[in-house]
Amino acid sequence: MIIGVSYDLLRWEEKDIITEAKKSGFKAIPIFTKDFYSAIGVGENYSELEADVIIQRNTSHARALTTSLIFEGWNYNVVNDATSLFKCGNKLYTLSLLAKHNIKTPRTIVTFSKDKAVDLAKKIGFPAVIKPIEGSWGRMVAKAVDEDILYSFLEYQEYTTSQFRQIYLVQEFVKKPNRDIRIFVMGDEAPVGIYRVNERNWKTNTALGARALPLKIDDELRDLALKVRDIMGGFFLGIDIFEDPERGYLVNEVNGVPEYKNTVRVNNFNVSSYLLNKLREWIKK
Amino acid sequence: MVLLKCPICGNDVNVPDDSLPGEIVEHECGAQLEVFNSNGKLALRLAEQVGEDWGE
Ligand SMILES: [Zn+2]
Repeated sequence: MIIGVSYDLLRWEEKDIITEAKKSGFKAIPIFTKDFYSAIGVGENYSELEADVIIQRNTSHARALTTSLIFEGWNYNVVNDATSLFKCGNKLYTLSLLAKHNIKTPRTIVTFSKDKAVDLAKKIGFPAVIKPIEGSWGRMVAKAVDEDILYSFLEYQEYTTSQFRQIYLVQEFVKKPNRDIRIFVMGDEAPVGIYRVNERNWKTNTALGARALPLKIDDELRDLALKVRDIMGGFFLGIDIFEDPERGYLVNEVNGVPEYKNTVRVNNFNVSSYLLNKLREWIKK
Repeated sequence: MVLLKCPICGNDVNVPDDSLPGEIVEHECGAQLEVFNSNGKLALRLAEQVGEDWGE
């Protein structure tokens, strides 16, 4: 099997995929997207690239989405494909798809006016969380304890460069324990996950210093993760789940290019090799 | 090892032979460097700043 690895920054994960692919006797072809180009309709393509499957690992969402689109246009199998990356990358798209399929999420309001946002936020109660429609690693996510602060955050957002800066997304602050759940789906399995624990900061991104602890996946979590995968599409997903004391599991976000260094470390579970095996099964079908 | 020049301080930087473009190299001058392919040879340039669309 020939594995293309589409990437812009060679992180631990990308190196590990390449190493594990070689160990399994696969050929790994790194595709550094900053050197990459595409021509459409000029009789030139990237056909010298031989790959049974291309794993999409770009750190930049724009590069990930764009290169997945191009590879798919050339009929490669791409994990994840552009459509599922788009669904995951846009939080509003994620939330509305989940809601449509009766998956519980944090209560969320979306408005095009700051006044209306503050008005509606009173209904879901304070503290409230403001977050950009697109964005990662907890950037620009803020907790507003009252109306004044919420209004200030909404104003600040307008001065960002986000193309969605005049769309206001406000979420309830879920009274979860000082942790959340990250569970990984690969193909039709959800074999591994972690708790992300942060005693000091309410944000549980490991990029912001949260600790990873092994997670035991029960049937409810596994079923939920696989249901989310059916809704979102894609082959390799990282699903973020909150534990709400009253409502149970709430799906917060879905990641289309998940990082898993800490998951491998604390679970002693080889994510790259598992993913590669799952891909081989899929390609054979 | 391949001997490359730091584009910031001009000093030598040793990079493993099997380095790939996109690999990040920290250098003693404090610069964060990125390996890239310059006409078939490995070279170093200043690494890209974290973009606002970066991350999982
Ligand atoms: Zn230097």
